[in-house]
Amino acid sequence: MRYLPLTDKDRTAMLAKIGVASVNDLFVDVPKAAHLDGPVKGLPLHQPEYEVERHMASLAAKNITAGSAPFFLGAGAYRHHVPASVDHLIQRGEFMTSYTPYQPEVSQGTLQYLFEFQTQVALLTGMEVANASMYDGASACGEAVMMANRVTRKNRAVVSGNLHPHYRDVIATMSRMTDFVADLQVPSPVAIENLTALIDDQTSCVVVQNPDVFGNLHDYSALAASCQAKGALLIVAVTEIVSLGLITPPGAMGADIVVAEGQGIGNGLNFGGPYLGLFACREKYLRQMPGRVCGQTLDADNRRGFVLTLSAREQHIRREKATSNICTNSGLCALAFTIHLSLLGEAGLTRLAETNHAKTCQLADKLAALPGCKVLNSSFFNEFTLELPKPAETVVEQLAKKPILAGVPLSRFYPGDKALANLLLITATELTTDADMDALASALKEACQ
Amino acid sequence: MANVHFTKDHEWARLDGDVAVCGITEYAQKALGDVVYVELPPVGKKVKQGEPTAVVESAKAASEVYAPVDGEVVAVNDVLSSDPGKVNAAAMGDGWFFKLKPSNPAQLSGLMDESVYQNHIKELLAG
Amino acid sequence: MIDMEQPLIFEQDAPGRCGVDLPSVPAHKSRLGNRKRKGGVGLPGLSEPQVVRHYTRLSQKNYGIDSVFYPLGSCTMKHNPRLNEKCARLFGDLHPMQPQSTVQGALEVIDQLAGWLKTLTGMPSVAMSPAAGAHGEFCGLAVIKAALEVRGEKRTKVIVPESAHGTNPATAAALGFTIEAVPADATGRVDHAALKAKLGPDVAAIMLTNPNTCGLFERDIRTIADEVHKAGAYFYCDGANFNAIVGRVRPADLGIDVMHINLHKTFSTPHGGGGPGAGPVMLAESLAPFAPVPYVVHDAKGFRLVEHAKDAGSNKPFGRMKGFHGQMGMFTRALTYILSHGADGLWQVASDAVLNANYVLASLKDVMSASYDGPCMHEALFDDRFLKDTEITTLDIAKALIDRGFHPMTMYFPLVVHGAFLIEPTETESKQTLDAFIAAMRDLAQKAKAGSVEMFKQAPRFTPRRRLDETLAARSPILRWKLEEALDVSGKNAA
Repeated sequence: MRYLPLTDKDRTAMLAKIGVASVNDLFVDVPKAAHLDGPVKGLPLHQPEYEVERHMASLAAKNITAGSAPFFLGAGAYRHHVPASVDHLIQRGEFMTSYTPYQPEVSQGTLQYLFEFQTQVALLTGMEVANASMYDGASACGEAVMMANRVTRKNRAVVSGNLHPHYRDVIATMSRMTDFVADLQVPSPVAIENLTALIDDQTSCVVVQNPDVFGNLHDYSALAASCQAKGALLIVAVTEIVSLGLITPPGAMGADIVVAEGQGIGNGLNFGGPYLGLFACREKYLRQMPGRVCGQTLDADNRRGFVLTLSAREQHIRREKATSNICTNSGLCALAFTIHLSLLGEAGLTRLAETNHAKTCQLADKLAALPGCKVLNSSFFNEFTLELPKPAETVVEQLAKKPILAGVPLSRFYPGDKALANLLLITATELTTDADMDALASALKEACQ
Repeated sequence: MANVHFTKDHEWARLDGDVAVCGITEYAQKALGDVVYVELPPVGKKVKQGEPTAVVESAKAASEVYAPVDGEVVAVNDVLSSDPGKVNAAAMGDGWFFKLKPSNPAQLSGLMDESVYQNHIKELLAG
Repeated sequence: MIDMEQPLIFEQDAPGRCGVDLPSVPAHKSRLGNRKRKGGVGLPGLSEPQVVRHYTRLSQKNYGIDSVFYPLGSCTMKHNPRLNEKCARLFGDLHPMQPQSTVQGALEVIDQLAGWLKTLTGMPSVAMSPAAGAHGEFCGLAVIKAALEVRGEKRTKVIVPESAHGTNPATAAALGFTIEAVPADATGRVDHAALKAKLGPDVAAIMLTNPNTCGLFERDIRTIADEVHKAGAYFYCDGANFNAIVGRVRPADLGIDVMHINLHKTFSTPHGGGGPGAGPVMLAESLAPFAPVPYVVHDAKGFRLVEHAKDAGSNKPFGRMKGFHGQMGMFTRALTYILSHGADGLWQVASDAVLNANYVLASLKDVMSASYDGPCMHEALFDDRFLKDTEITTLDIAKALIDRGFHPMTMYFPLVVHGAFLIEPTETESKQTLDAFIAAMRDLAQKAKAGSVEMFKQAPRFTPRRRLDETLAARSPILRWKLEEALDVSGKNAA
């Protein structure tokens, strides 16, 4: 077996050194009844690489990949081009097979990129500090609410109806499990929410998204002021990180905490995971921020170096008093993000974001012209909501057979909500071609007759 | 040191007029290592003996600082916000954490005096 | 030592420079409203060769399993097979919300991995969505909390050994439970009598790690499980140390009700410098109905996701833990690994993992102080008693070990012994590597006892950075680069 270096000769010599006759003697504490007498039944034996590869490839063949068809899905996960260098660099063994940088002298590679990552996240979101990443945007959003509860010592979260439903559901789950109140609003693709009216003296935070789940762009400055006046924190979620290359960042609107999904930069779709939670906040709340942080310091020779810091907030020290139970970040995904964003730089990110927006405008114009179809948004970045004359889910299934991957029907997120049943979320990115757009337009026209 | 009383959790309290000055002991500051951050209670807070009142953090550890006696917080040592290292440098003096106005001064005599506390430490180290 | 200095990317900026090529922006009618960004982001511009060199040079400052023996206790730093990487990338270009008819292969991967995990553990159900071990602990305790609500019982306590990993009490506290700590006994196992005394109608669960964080198998586990169940509570097992028994012992046979598995430990998915991981949670029959959404079901029509509670039939999911469906990239890697090893390979994995740890224990216990008598499982625990009359600490030994070309073992954990050294070699280390490590440790122990001080206090000497000032980092946190500070050349942390 190729992953096991010990030979029988080694094993014999080692058992002699230990002073037992067989390895079974080392399992002496296992109750007899629980110790299997041989390999588990019902599972195949070991296989050569090529057999395993064949098996996995046969499973892969049962999927329609995003790149093999005209593709228009977004809804919290975005298909952007990742330069070839990124995947090469993250597979270097020193990055991929290293552990959390608890021994900083031999982890300066990891620690320096985390410091660069934290800086990039702070710059993008317009916030003062950021952590070294979390599991994903949705769980980061749940953690943000819990942080707001700690900071304000209040326990009621007002949640926009236009927050991504997975993020909303995570908050709802946390509220039941960790005992705070989540006041969830209903989704409203066109109506403007009046969240200010819902803030009371028990409100710890208001949670909103920009662009929101329907693609609408918002200015939350007034809401930020209302929150501040009432002693609540404003949490803004961003599910399409590339949007921050072109639109006003939450920090400039007065957000107290920003959570985001970083997947769109450096990390492919990956069928939903692993993704990359971004978390940024005001410096004054730093010690209440969950997750790992990397900080700058000096070494014994007075040279600049980096270490994990503020660990006293974390579970391995505070235990039951920790700011969160979180033990890991999303290291390799954060590295991919940092490398991709380093390649893009200011000019590249701006151009990428502008291209996304331009393509989406072109697509929206094409689809708005289809009989029976209506673009609901007056503003968007690279995603908008198209109202069809019939249930969107059936149209999507029909188009999938061509194949065209036509977008995400809102009924997938809100089953049974009749008001949303005919709505389809459509995204275009820099990878969307004119041919793709024409294919979608003509297929939709046919399907909606 | 006269007038200083000790708790089993390594806090000290020294009566200064009708106010008890409170901090953590030499043993505690050594065990923590370099103090990096201190979280102090708001002035006016009422605490009970044994209640977590402040938090002291080092790079590798964090500990509660418990109120040695029942009382009301009448002052906190703001210097520790900018200079947490004072806790290490002068744990028994300028590194004090908070001052309490005891509501039940008799509790002080129930705490350990210096020699009993030193024995307490000896037992901990041996155990 | 070759100069490996590498400035930050922000210190290599040339405005307008770019490492990607993008075409000019097509003509369009803008829909940004007045939401267009005013001012730039502030990102530096580098070309592709510069970026590749930058991150390559950074990587060369790191230790990884590929390059160095990495015996971190309870982390299971085993070899990360590259076949995992190849197969994972076959599933990279799939959007989680594509129509399910277009992703049947992906859903089948999740179902197959779930099947393997159920067979290996003997447990009937598994929640696949938690993103890491700690996330899995949250899931497991949330399932317990949900089950208790349905039973209509108010049980507020969770019993946790003092040797437990910090995530255990942190998770229980986050869910509103109070922690009852139980000490270890003289043999390093959980004090059975003390544990039993704490069982009562107010206890929701116990959280045990088995083998425990001292590297020892909890002998009384079956009896403890019976007592816990009799008291009406649930038995949570932290599966971080599953590598010691995978393929040899099924947790279901030990009476465990819920156990998270760390795919990035036992099942070789890479640690990535701190994630991503995955923490699927095995569930007994009584807890299975409360597993969170989404989960995969397999019926005559094929594979499909249950994403909403209302579609869960008689199940009562407690909610959702993260976006989308779970750590698919880790599922493909773990499945590839499991298929490679097979049932017989996994049997051998546990055997060799335990053999390697015992070989290290037997080879060092005369010069270092082993914390407990008798054999260990997959990891060996020492403490700092052997350094008693020296000025050398556990930390000093670890830093000196770096200069010998090894990554240090876990230090100062578990907390139940003083100055802990927790050594987990894993099964993917050769006897030659172990012998080299043993020789280095014997030499360091001997030098420490002989009165060497400077060598230890000055270590490490040969690394890209010497010992770093963690106090300074925590007292004056600098968590990002700032243009204003970089321009201030009189600032203290100048490059």
